[in-house]
Amino acid sequence: MKRVLSQIYVWILLILLYSPLVFIAIFSFTEARVLGNWTGFSMKLYKNLFTGGMQGASSLVSAVENTLLIALIAAAVATLMGSIAAIGIFNMRGRGKKTIQFLNNIPMLNPDIITGVSLFLLFVFLHISQGYLTVILAHVTFCTPYVVLSVMPKLTQMNPNIYEAALDLGATPSQALRKVLIPQLRPGMISGFILAFTMSLDDFAVTFFTRGTIGLDTLSTFIYTDARKGGLTPELRPLMTIIFTIVLVLLIVINVRQASLAKKSSR
Amino acid sequence: MAIPNDVIINIEHVSKSFGDKKVLDDINLYIKKGEFLTLLGPSGCGKTTMLRIIAGFAQADCGIVSMDGADITGVPPYKRPLNTVFQRYALFPHLDVYDNIAFGLKLRGVPKDEIEKKVKKVLKMVSMSDYEDRDVESLSGGQQQRVAIARALVNQPKVLLLDEPLAALDLKMRKDMQIELKEMHRKLGITFIYVTHDQEEALTLSDTIVVMNGGKIQQIGTPTDIYNEPQNSFVADFIGESNILNGTMIKDREVSFIGHDFECVDEGFGENVPVDVVVRPEDIYIMNKTEGAQFTGVVKSCTFKGVHYEMFVDSDNGYELMIQDYNAFEIGSTVGLLIKPCDIQVMHKERVENRFEGEMTADDTVKFLGGEFKVEPVEGVSAGDKVEVSVAFSGVDLLDHTEEGNLSGEVHFILYKGDHYHLTVLTDDGDFVWVDTQDIWDKGDLVGINIESKDIKITKKND
Repeated sequence: MKRVLSQIYVWILLILLYSPLVFIAIFSFTEARVLGNWTGFSMKLYKNLFTGGMQGASSLVSAVENTLLIALIAAAVATLMGSIAAIGIFNMRGRGKKTIQFLNNIPMLNPDIITGVSLFLLFVFLHISQGYLTVILAHVTFCTPYVVLSVMPKLTQMNPNIYEAALDLGATPSQALRKVLIPQLRPGMISGFILAFTMSLDDFAVTFFTRGTIGLDTLSTFIYTDARKGGLTPELRPLMTIIFTIVLVLLIVINVRQASLAKKSSR
Repeated sequence: MAIPNDVIINIEHVSKSFGDKKVLDDINLYIKKGEFLTLLGPSGCGKTTMLRIIAGFAQADCGIVSMDGADITGVPPYKRPLNTVFQRYALFPHLDVYDNIAFGLKLRGVPKDEIEKKVKKVLKMVSMSDYEDRDVESLSGGQQQRVAIARALVNQPKVLLLDEPLAALDLKMRKDMQIELKEMHRKLGITFIYVTHDQEEALTLSDTIVVMNGGKIQQIGTPTDIYNEPQNSFVADFIGESNILNGTMIKDREVSFIGHDFECVDEGFGENVPVDVVVRPEDIYIMNKTEGAQFTGVVKSCTFKGVHYEMFVDSDNGYELMIQDYNAFEIGSTVGLLIKPCDIQVMHKERVENRFEGEMTADDTVKFLGGEFKVEPVEGVSAGDKVEVSVAFSGVDLLDHTEEGNLSGEVHFILYKGDHYHLTVLTDDGDFVWVDTQDIWDKGDLVGINIESKDIKITKKND
């Protein structure tokens, strides 16, 4: 009986969590402009999305392009910076190390809106004209701590003598980094990159405050503006369904990777 | 110190601290070409730090390390012609056995066919042929250690450094590997510097043993020297089993301990000088009859140890001695005991009492070791004077609760002296206090330290 109740509880939770997504996904296969009206199965919205047969198609396409480009650049830079930072923090000793680790966690707990507003004020203060550059800088800022966090466990698992063993065998510090350290950290760096990529993809608040007035739109700001103009463009429904599917696949890939790595190291 | 010309590594005045803790204190040591030298000591004695300084992973705060006459103190590890076998192997998990071993050769740009030849040869030497393609994580501990040794040796280093390489292996495997290492050393003829805390391993393998404790070299010598002629009570206690006893050198070739006078072979200590005496348990002759014996005793316990029996015997003057003999003696029986002159090792005492620098804070109060103690007033010594404080080992009282003492500390080292324990206590401020006590303490016990006023002797310092 207890088992049945707990099963029911889990299912209710899952339904609450996923029903909005499922709802959008179902209604992406119908033509009705108003969400909730089912006018029969149709792939027209998908077709419109890819052929541009809709109002404001070009701005939607450019928003998608911007989103992907920003996410790729931000995730790449964050992975590089975060990995180097993790190595540095790992080699610190005593109180300094604890302090830095604590400071690394703050940006992740800090509400996005505060990160966004404070970056906005900083850019204004420094007279940096806002646009692509400021959005990427902002995304790098909030993505880097996630990379640090996913690389760190790889460093603690690593035999501390490995780097020294490489030096001992004649590798210069940079050769030791490339040939020994990075291959060891790679799984953590890849997880960090994917995490940073999805964080950037997902962001609204920070982008909204740092994109300036040049009309730069990412997907999230585009949807926001679109919704305020009077109802969502129906083509957004298939778009969201596609994005959700991509994120789902990525998450499954990460989890499967981690599970197989854990299995390998426990052997 | 005259340095022979076949020296490969010379270490002069090397010191190293981590924070306030001095791990190496003015180390001077030279290592001869082709020698198997072992740095031996308990954990925290500085032996691994010494090895890391030789390898170049750690920098000495001061002092010089030279190799083949050239100063290498500031040379980075990748430019030093030596290789290391690490304690936990430190193989590269993303590479297979072949690529692990070839790592150093590839970096030096050795041609491919030559690398293959060398790797095959070295794998044969460590009896790991046919393992080239194996994933290193699929190997057993012993196999990983062989690969680690092969990875170091394939570069043909002038010196091989080994940091407790066998510590992670089980006893049987360790014994086998010891023989193999000794054999490799003989065949290759290169210098081995070996770090271990296992005294038996050190005695088995080494040409020269360097016993270290508290960041200092305690003794350098061959295994036989170290075992038969320990220079202080630490070495005697650390290497093998021993009876360490307080004694008095009466005159040359005559020493008194456990309440009897013995003939010995030591000279030059002076007359009536307090000394430490070491007698190995296998060097006390034990017999059923008491005629012809130097002294007698009663057998307290007798344990079979495989080859021999280990017995604890109370001597006629109340000292407990450990004795090893091939024959068992009945518990409770009276036995005759005999020690030959050449089996008595006499050592200078490192100290005969505690001495501290102090300052009078009142006419009857002295401050030393960061605590204040009542003393009986001494004429001519008043508040503000700098004084020398001396306290007999037996004048220091240890208490169960740290807050009950004037000072608190931790039991750092214990030596059994036949009828009492001689304890080294490390105070919270990092000073040493030596204590003689009948009570049983364990290493690491936290204790309160008290000294009664009658046990504190003060003398004014003349400045």
